[in-house]
Amino acid sequence: MSKVRVLVGTRKGAFILTADGKREKWDVSGPYFAGWPVYHLKGSPVDPNRIFASQTSDWFGQVIQRSDDGGKTWIQPGTPPGEPTTAPDGSPKGESNKFVYDTSAPTGKPLTTHQWYDGTQHPWEFKRVWHLEPSLKDPNTVYAGVEDAALFRSSDGGKSWQELSGLRGHGTGPKWQPGAGGMCLHSIVLDPSNAQRIFIAISAAGAFRTDDGGKTWKPINQGLRSQYIPDPKAEVGHCVHHIAMHASKPGVLFMQKHWDVMRTNNAGDVWTEVSGNLPTDFGFVIDIHAHEPETIYVVPIKSDGEHFPLDGKLRVYRSRTGGNEWEELSKGLPERNCYVNVLRDAMCVDSLDKCGVYFGTTGGQVYSSANAGDSWAPIVRDLPAVLSVEVQTLP
Amino acid sequence: MSRATIRVALPAHLRTLARLDHGDVMVEVEGRVTQRSVLDALEARYPMLCGTIRDHATQERRPFVRFFACEQDLSHESPDAPLPEAVASGKEPFFVIGAIAGG
Repeated sequence: MSKVRVLVGTRKGAFILTADGKREKWDVSGPYFAGWPVYHLKGSPVDPNRIFASQTSDWFGQVIQRSDDGGKTWIQPGTPPGEPTTAPDGSPKGESNKFVYDTSAPTGKPLTTHQWYDGTQHPWEFKRVWHLEPSLKDPNTVYAGVEDAALFRSSDGGKSWQELSGLRGHGTGPKWQPGAGGMCLHSIVLDPSNAQRIFIAISAAGAFRTDDGGKTWKPINQGLRSQYIPDPKAEVGHCVHHIAMHASKPGVLFMQKHWDVMRTNNAGDVWTEVSGNLPTDFGFVIDIHAHEPETIYVVPIKSDGEHFPLDGKLRVYRSRTGGNEWEELSKGLPERNCYVNVLRDAMCVDSLDKCGVYFGTTGGQVYSSANAGDSWAPIVRDLPAVLSVEVQTLP
Repeated sequence: MSRATIRVALPAHLRTLARLDHGDVMVEVEGRVTQRSVLDALEARYPMLCGTIRDHATQERRPFVRFFACEQDLSHESPDAPLPEAVASGKEPFFVIGAIAGG
C-alpha cells in the first residue's frame, strides 16, 4: 500500500509525520535539529529518501542538512570532521553551509543595494535559506532560495553552492524591498516540460522567469496591482507570497499575493485576478490539486495588519474552476477562537488517488484532508510554530 | 614555531552540530594564540562550524556571537590580538557564547 511522509519545518526543529495511504493513523518523529528554526525540508523527486533541510539561526547562521535514508539520519554534506576544508590545490572542499554571493568577474554580479523599510538603500547581506527545491531529474542538484534575495544551486548533493547571479544582478535590485519576514526568495518552481525554465518569487520584488537555465531573468509581473508601492503597476516591487504550478499545465501558474489571488495562462507574461468571492484575498499559501489542475486551495487571512483567519474561524477555500468561484471548506477545522496564521510554504498536496491536502499553522497544528479538502483532521496539535509543510507520496 | 593546546567552550547548539560530547574542545594552535588562530584551528578540525561563528565572506564575528575569556569580554578586540596568557597556556578556556537576545 502507498504511504505518505510529511516533512514539517518549525521554529524549533523539524518533524516527520508518516502514515499509510488511508492517512488516518500517524507516526510522529522528531524534533530533528532541536532548538533551531528549520525553514524548509523537501525530498528529491528522483530519490525520495534523499531529503534536504534548511536549518538556520540568527545566532549561528545557515546549515544545510541532508538525509539519504528518508529522514532517519542526517549529515551536513561536505567535509567530515578532522579533514581539511581545502583541497591540495587550495580550492575549498565541501562546505555545505557556505552561501556567498558571486561577485567574480566571469560569472558574478557586483553586490549592490536594495530598498530598506524606510526607502533608503541597504547593502545585500546573506541571512538564511528559505526554500530548497530539488531537481526533477538529478538527485545531486538542488536549488536554494535565500534572504537577501538570490538563487543558489548545488550540483553535488548540497556540498557546495553557487549563486545564479543573473537574478540578483538583473538590474532592478535597488527597487526590491523586504517584506515583514525579510527580503526572501521563497518560491522556486521548475518547469517539468522545459529544463531551462525556472520561475521564482521574491517578497517584495515579484515573480521572475528564466528561459536559459538561470543565466538571465525577466520580471513577470504584468497585471499585478499593489497599492503599497508608488506605482501600483510597477515592473517590480510587488509582495508575492507564493506561486504554484501543476505539472500537467506548466504555462499556468497561480499566485497568492500580499492581497489578491492571481492566475497566468502564459507563463507569467500577464496575470489576471481570480480572487472572485473570497471573503478576503489576503493570505500566504496557495496550492493545486494533484490530479485536477484547475482545482486550487488558499487559506484566506484577514488582512496585512491582522494575520489570522476572519472571525477566528479557520477555513480553507477551494476553487474547482481555476479561480473566481470559491467554496468554503471548514469541516473539522476550528469554528471559533482561532487566531493562527498559515505561512507561505506551509501547504502541500500528496498524489494518492484521493488527493491529500496538508497545511500547518503558527499555532503548531498540522491538518490533513484525505479527501481533497472536504473534511479535515489534525495530525498533531502542539508543535512549535510551523514554517513549512511538504509531503512525499511513497510506494 | 610554538604549539599550544587551547580549550574552547562552545554553546550547546554548536556542540550538537560538531557532534561533540560535553566538555571543552581541545584544539592545537601553532604560533601566536589569537582569536583568529584559535577559530582557524577550530574550523579546520570541525569544518561544519565554518560560518557559524564568523561570517563566511567577511570572516567577521557573527552579530549574535560573543567571545569571553578570563572574565573579560573580548568580542570587540582585534582578531589578531594575543589572547590572555591563561588561555594560551590552556589554563582557562576561550568561550564562544550565543548572545542573550529575545529570551
